[in-house]
Amino acid sequence: MDKRRVPGVAAERLTAEDYRRNFADLHPPLSPHEAQVEAQRCYFCYDAPCMNACPTGIDVALFIRQISTGNPKGAAHTILQQNILGGMCARVCPTETLCEEVCVRNVAEEKPIRIGLLQRYATDVLMESGEQAFRRQAASGKKIAVVGAGPAGLSCAHRLSHHGHDVTLFEAKQKLGGLNEFGLAAYKTPDDFAQREIDYILGIGGIEVELGRGLSDASGLARLRADFDAVFLGLGMGGVKRLAIEGEELEGVIDAIDYIARLRQASDKSKLPVGRRVVVIGGGMTAVDIAVQTKRLGAEEVTMAYRRGEAQLKASRYEQELAKSNGVQIRLWASPRRILGEAGKATAVEFEYQSADGEGGAAGTGETFVLPADQVFKAIGQTFLPDSLGAFAIELSGGRIKVDGEGRTSVPGIWAGGDCVAGSEDLTVASVEDGKIAAESIHRSLTAKA
Amino acid sequence: MADLRTDFLGIKSPNPFWLASAPPTDREVNVTRAFKAGWGGVVWKTLGEDPHIVNVNGPRYGAIHGPDRQLIGFNNIELITDRPLAVNLREIKAVKKAWPDRAVVVSLMVPCEEASWKNILKRVEETEADGIELNFGCPHGMSERGMGSAVGQVPEYVEMVARWCKQHTRMPVIVKLTPNITDVRKPAAAAKSGGADAVSLINTINSIMGVDLDTMAPNPPTDGKGTHGGYCGPAVKPIALHMVADIARNPETRGLPISAIGGIATWRDAVDFLALGAANVQVCTAAMTYGFRIVDEMTQGLSTFMDEKGYGVVSDIVGLAVPNVTDWQYLNLNYVAKARIDQDLCIKCGRCHIACEDTSHQAITATKNGQRHFEVDDEECVGCNLCVAVCPVENCIELVQLTSGSDPRTGKPIDRDYANWTTHPNNPQAVPAGE
Repeated sequence: MDKRRVPGVAAERLTAEDYRRNFADLHPPLSPHEAQVEAQRCYFCYDAPCMNACPTGIDVALFIRQISTGNPKGAAHTILQQNILGGMCARVCPTETLCEEVCVRNVAEEKPIRIGLLQRYATDVLMESGEQAFRRQAASGKKIAVVGAGPAGLSCAHRLSHHGHDVTLFEAKQKLGGLNEFGLAAYKTPDDFAQREIDYILGIGGIEVELGRGLSDASGLARLRADFDAVFLGLGMGGVKRLAIEGEELEGVIDAIDYIARLRQASDKSKLPVGRRVVVIGGGMTAVDIAVQTKRLGAEEVTMAYRRGEAQLKASRYEQELAKSNGVQIRLWASPRRILGEAGKATAVEFEYQSADGEGGAAGTGETFVLPADQVFKAIGQTFLPDSLGAFAIELSGGRIKVDGEGRTSVPGIWAGGDCVAGSEDLTVASVEDGKIAAESIHRSLTAKA
Repeated sequence: MADLRTDFLGIKSPNPFWLASAPPTDREVNVTRAFKAGWGGVVWKTLGEDPHIVNVNGPRYGAIHGPDRQLIGFNNIELITDRPLAVNLREIKAVKKAWPDRAVVVSLMVPCEEASWKNILKRVEETEADGIELNFGCPHGMSERGMGSAVGQVPEYVEMVARWCKQHTRMPVIVKLTPNITDVRKPAAAAKSGGADAVSLINTINSIMGVDLDTMAPNPPTDGKGTHGGYCGPAVKPIALHMVADIARNPETRGLPISAIGGIATWRDAVDFLALGAANVQVCTAAMTYGFRIVDEMTQGLSTFMDEKGYGVVSDIVGLAVPNVTDWQYLNLNYVAKARIDQDLCIKCGRCHIACEDTSHQAITATKNGQRHFEVDDEECVGCNLCVAVCPVENCIELVQLTSGSDPRTGKPIDRDYANWTTHPNNPQAVPAGE
């Protein structure tokens, strides 16, 4: 019997070869020849739209020209100068809505330069060489605490160390990386890339790592502020939005983010239990990530249900196509009403059809339908947990930390960035930029002449 | 249907596309393949005296590439044929016999002694080849031995050898010229004075293709050393066009038949040369890049072009552009043109803007009403054509003549009368009109 049809939730639905193939690189890297051909397509535009579309402002035209002249390490330097996590961003950035969307080659022949893959090519060459792109400047004697080792924290820590400051990087988990390590789809970042990139970043020196140490108690932040010259908070979002519907507590109803973390850490993907029938609730990147990955773990049917229409789907067009080509069914205008179960286990989700209310929102039509489900994944967003800030009265906005254009919080000496701050775009690359901007601001404030 | 047959000095060929004297025409097997592919003729790779020369046992060719490894410039250090004279003569005779409708011309290079030329000419005549081409162009190796371009660079030698050859053979004599000279009109005129029936040009240009940055030797190196080679391929075409046109419009050589060589890879390249006065063309690098079947595109493209334009025979095209090649001093200084950007075709790369802004006349906008927008400012535009050159989209930018009103840049009214530098008031040597 086809193990994909084993009822309920089961592991080992596929062959070892299936798992290997399903979780291998989604986009194999460019060979030197492919990179050369692709790089030579670049027009080296004036005030290049790709550069302006990059949240970290990478000089894309320059780095592509460097690749085309046989200087991939120089290209990597150009990339890392703006974005020290350029290797990861090359793999996970939704380039189709950023740099590649505005490439003038789209206008010319509807075929943008494959900027993401070129960026990966250049950064891979440099990282494989083991050479550091930057050397620390003279020691400043200043100490900075960076809390949270996700993209924002790593970016901030590297930039501060580059400027000669001593950084202590606190991470609540036992592994660095934040969502780079525990989120994102496995097939976008295989071969332990997140850790290899972190090793490279830490290779600059001057960054002391403290694992298993987050802002656990109320006095944590106060102590950091007293012990260090500046503090950067890259706390991410610790909470998950609830559906707040009947049946949410049933076995088999899972936070997508938790399952993805488990999947990312699983060395043997065959040990991951997955439902024969899977329903994913949500319409963003995380929803696509969990939908595609459960399909690739051997789920027979995966449906991604979103309460509004195509125009509001947060997942990019490319991600939607990826889901569809992996056999994920996307149901729009479907809002979950309750999760049905038997003997404490989820068995189905009842949805109510929605219709547009003409003001960008949606309203229930009263008509319902039921989708059988052995697993129900919630991917409707995450929330910042302000408890970690302890007694510190840091001003929030919309439930997240309020910062100014330089990443400064309302409390002097404390900066913040990444998903934990208000207005965050929930993108790896945007978090990297936040960390970089805050680091420059910290540097300026610590070195300003009195 | 256009008639592609050509008659060059009485040498008939089914089309004007010959393979130039070079490796592709070194042996019977290659030439037979070329004729099967449809080439109109060949100039057999240069024969010399026995004992035959030897080639290096390593790289003979170097290249420079454009985007996507397109071969745009090519060079070689190969010498003349490295096979015994008798072998070549036997093969030439066999080929000519098997392919009587194709042109078979034999390239020759022997020392500057009358006896040497006299001797080899008799032997070539026995092959029943259609003509000879005197290789006064090869700029490497052979020139160090007093042959090739060493002869072509001295008009007196060119004339002398041409005269010997005309004296000692009934075959038509084509003199192949070197471009490694200050004024190509001089050796062309010398060839004509010596009685040559035609000239062919250009031979290759002295060149070093690059340096191996690890060994610091010229590319491609032979055991750590390199020497200059002969440069050819698409990159040399403009140089060849100029030299062909120069000979075609020079009163001393006007009417001297020209077989054009230099970067011809398509039917269009061929028409450029025909229009500037060549009667047929010779091809090498394009065949060495893609193989012999490129001739299909050339003959078919030429035929289509001639049909569309109403040219019946190839000679209808020959020299059509020659009257329009002139000296700078005769260009119309009253002609005013401005660049026009087709906004529908523009892909907004901005290269026209930055090229004009940084290196020319600040005449192209980058934004309009806060939006990325590239538009020409006629008050600054001098009509230089730089933007047209750098635009990646064909026909997106054009130069358009102003025919009425005034030039917004100078404020001067458009004058439809022709006026050139010879009469311009700024010219100290000007001859005022009407004097």
